[in-house]
Amino acid sequence: MSENTDVWEVFIQSKNGLPHKHAGSVHATDKEMALQNARDLYTRRKEGSSIWVVKATNIVASQAEDSDSFFDPSDDKMYRHPTFYTMPDGAKNI
Amino acid sequence: MSNLLNYTLRIADNALILGQRMSQWCSNGPTLEEDIAMVNISLDLFGQANGFYEYASSIDGNKSADDFAFLRSEREYFNSLIVEQKNGHFGDTIVRNSLFDVYAVLFYIKLGKSKDETLAALGSKSLKEAKYHLRHSSNWLIRLGDGTEESKEKVQTSLNDIWMFTGNLFEMDELDSEMFSSGIGVNNTALKPEWDKEVNKILGKAKLTRPEDSYMQTGSKKGVHTEHLGHLLSEMQYLQRTHPDAKW
Repeated sequence: MSENTDVWEVFIQSKNGLPHKHAGSVHATDKEMALQNARDLYTRRKEGSSIWVVKATNIVASQAEDSDSFFDPSDDKMYRHPTFYTMPDGAKNI
Repeated sequence: MSNLLNYTLRIADNALILGQRMSQWCSNGPTLEEDIAMVNISLDLFGQANGFYEYASSIDGNKSADDFAFLRSEREYFNSLIVEQKNGHFGDTIVRNSLFDVYAVLFYIKLGKSKDETLAALGSKSLKEAKYHLRHSSNWLIRLGDGTEESKEKVQTSLNDIWMFTGNLFEMDELDSEMFSSGIGVNNTALKPEWDKEVNKILGKAKLTRPEDSYMQTGSKKGVHTEHLGHLLSEMQYLQRTHPDAKW
């Protein structure tokens, strides 16, 4: 690809109501091309009902070197986990 | 050959021949994404062609859809001249497809209202795909026309070169007129003002100059084609001709 293209991250929603999940990335020069490329690459076999594309440079990502201060503090706080409740039978997609 | 059969073949042949052209981009696209996009379009068109050939086969009662697709000679194909034109460079393909896609959308909208239920159903089904194809081709045309000096010059040349094949899309021969007056077929000539409007809109956004309507090539309705169709068919029909009835 030429220097004019950006990388866009693609998120696909497989069904109404479900979250958009990261599917991969595409190259494109503008948002319409990104959307069409995402459609052509990632929804060819009925994988989706909705697509989001986000320019990769617009995503703010945590850094590996911050991982200790970001994630370790939750290790010893079991009471924050919702595992002490029983799930009602009717609740789906949780 | 019955009128309905002949008419159905014209529609099927447009989809098949453009589909074959788009399949020639497979592994030759300018980028990975575009390669897949063009082959997707090709597969859509083969799907459309298959629907119309299956219907042709049921009207004929003898020949199969594959017989129609693969075992006719050049003079027995009735596709519009524009779809058989060579891919050329990427801009050539985009210009050819944009001009045809605008027509295809307008044609399928009308065919969707045909008194013939099968043609109406196939028309409505194809319309969804045609709309996407137009979105793909016209967006690219705007990008290239309103792009760099080089891309603009290239697609303007493509446009000037292919323009003489656009008149063929709007011709009405005796068969077309009969099918239209019986409520089955589409009045191609009546699509022209809408086509002009849409094409002018796209060309305006692409900052391209619309060529003059001067001499227009004709002949496809009688099976008279440009020199490119024979080469396309020899490649497309090779397997069926060499190994008749070959199965996967």
